[in-house]
Amino acid sequence: MATVLAYLETSQGKLKKSAPEVLAQGRRLADSLGATLDALMIGKGVAALAAQAGSYGPDRVLHVEHDALDAFTLEGYVKAAQAAVQHSRPSVVLVAASVVGKDLAAGLCAAEGLSLLADVVAVSAEGGKLTVRKPVFAGKATAVLSAAAERVVVTLRPNVFEAAEPTGASPPAEVVQVALDGVGGRTRLVELRAKESEKLDLTEADIIVSGGRGLKGPEHWHLIDSLAEALGAVKGASRAVVDAGWRPHDEQVGQTGKTVSPKLYVAVGISGAIQHLAGMRTSKCIVAINTDAEAPIFKVADFGIVGDAAKVVPALVEELNKLKE
Amino acid sequence: MDIIVCMKRVPDSAARIQIGGDGRSIDSAGLEHIISPYDEMALERALQIKEEQGGTVTVVCLGAAEAAKEIRQALAMGADQALHIKSDVGYRDPLTTARILADHLKGRTFDMLLFGKQSIDADNSAIGVMVATLLDLPAVSLVTKLDAADGKATVEREAEAGAEVIEVALPAVFTAQRGLAEPRYPSIKGIMQAKKKPIEEAQAPEEAALITLEALEPPPARTGGRIVGEGVEAVPELVRLLRSEAKVL
Ligand SMILES: Cc1cc2nc3c(=O)[nH]c(=O)nc-3n(C[C@H](O)[C@H](O)[C@H](O)COP(=O)(O)OP(=O)(O)OC[C@H]3O[C@@H](n4cnc5c(N)ncnc54)[C@H](O)[C@@H]3O)c2cc1C
Ligand SMILES: Nc1ncnc2c1ncn2[C@@H]1O[C@H](COP(=O)(O)O)[C@@H](O)[C@H]1O
Repeated sequence: MATVLAYLETSQGKLKKSAPEVLAQGRRLADSLGATLDALMIGKGVAALAAQAGSYGPDRVLHVEHDALDAFTLEGYVKAAQAAVQHSRPSVVLVAASVVGKDLAAGLCAAEGLSLLADVVAVSAEGGKLTVRKPVFAGKATAVLSAAAERVVVTLRPNVFEAAEPTGASPPAEVVQVALDGVGGRTRLVELRAKESEKLDLTEADIIVSGGRGLKGPEHWHLIDSLAEALGAVKGASRAVVDAGWRPHDEQVGQTGKTVSPKLYVAVGISGAIQHLAGMRTSKCIVAINTDAEAPIFKVADFGIVGDAAKVVPALVEELNKLKE
Repeated sequence: MDIIVCMKRVPDSAARIQIGGDGRSIDSAGLEHIISPYDEMALERALQIKEEQGGTVTVVCLGAAEAAKEIRQALAMGADQALHIKSDVGYRDPLTTARILADHLKGRTFDMLLFGKQSIDADNSAIGVMVATLLDLPAVSLVTKLDAADGKATVEREAEAGAEVIEVALPAVFTAQRGLAEPRYPSIKGIMQAKKKPIEEAQAPEEAALITLEALEPPPARTGGRIVGEGVEAVPELVRLLRSEAKVL
């Protein structure tokens, strides 16, 4: 019987938010292909997550455990994924298109000779064929691609797909043995500078508040801070303010920054240049605050307020805080 | 230090993308092309390292005959030589692209092989890691800092948990993330010199496609354009709409 293998990313002893998204698509595809669904975790101590992973509906949970897999290394994780692929012989492998997932998928494809459908926002299977939709040209077009549902890896853009709900089920868990001798010796992590607090990555955020040059200077960023706090949002920025050194570049949204699809994207003082839109136009709801009624951001915004951020943002924060009382 | 940079010719990032009449290609009339921005960052860092410590920079481009223009630009920026693997194929799946590049890189000696983290047309974020795996070289993606000396590179990369500093034995593969370097403009002298620099040409093999491009479509339309109002007076209505209509609060 054919198998679909869903790789579940973990971080600091937890399943990542993408895991139930990948499992939901895994179940859908497995059902259309008449296949079984295997879940796969790789790391050190991931066995502890087997029951939780199993509750999202796979038929089996595989895990590759090794001390050397504590932190992600391309070589180590690709070796581990290869062992799992040789064990489960999947026709389709699903991976989240995250920082780790993109590397792992590319490495696995090259190592095992699998084809890659990267960063897709829709996927379906019919008659042994997979069809996906994938943004190209930085979101300025969508490609419809098809491939045999055989020896193929699909990476799923995070935050786009519906997540599976946990059920009471607990399918069998199996350990896949993997020899990792001599792997990873060529790269060595010498330092990890963790981000301030447990900040959620922009690509995983449900709500994002981004600021642009309309904020007039880094000394006004408290407006973005306060709105982000009131909304429980992650903070983003336009390239203009990243280039000006007001914000670090891991906050940049757009063609040469991050591609995000939150439920709510609030753009404050951002003009909406085509390169910025490339990174956020798939957001479910876009709000823009800008003094210029002609700013292109208003063409994609679901709701816009024409006004000065210095006045509108504090009023918005106050109104949002009223809701919490 | 001998460095190879893989660069792709792509439509300008500011260009509007119009779908061609066949529904599966883009209308290239009047379309400006550029070196894909991340590849240009990789190239810039390679040139800086060459200037600091000597060596060579070679660019490799798989693409249409027209890519000669972007290759000349790379040479004008300061690359020493180029390999142009010519191909007219419009869409090619990532593994096939990686295999063609890897086949051409196999026999060459280099200390570092650089890629962009992502091409801004295909957006696969895959080729660098694929080529590294095919060539059995260590790789680090998304590097924002890269220094190399004594057979070893030290890189900084942006991981989801924070910044990582990684040491890698050379030869190795890196993919450039924004922050690595700001590309220079070619000087007049550079442009003159580029005309004399060698471009080796090869022909891409015809490979059976693993993936079929069925269609290209405009992105899903957004029904934007609704101005709720002006200034602070519009705030209560915005919040109401976000709660009851968009249901995002
Ligand atoms: C190759 C390439 C890649 C790029 N990649 C990216 C990318 O990834 N991401 C990105 O963002 N950009 C990118 N850009 C840059 C992009 O073209 C724009 O320059 C940039 O997005 C502009 O940023 P901004 O909207 O903050 O600034 P501006 O365009 O200067 O806009 C500022 C806005 O603030 C408004 N404003 C002014 N005062 C106020 C006020 N008091 N209150 C409210 N609003 C106010 C103005 O009306 C204006 O609309 C790229 C460009 C190139 C060439
Ligand atoms: N046709 C090509 N020729 C040379 N390099 C390429 C080509 N396609 C992709 N690359 C390289 O691979 C990187 C990643 O591309 P991609 O996986 O398509 O996002 C690019 O930034 C380039 O460095």
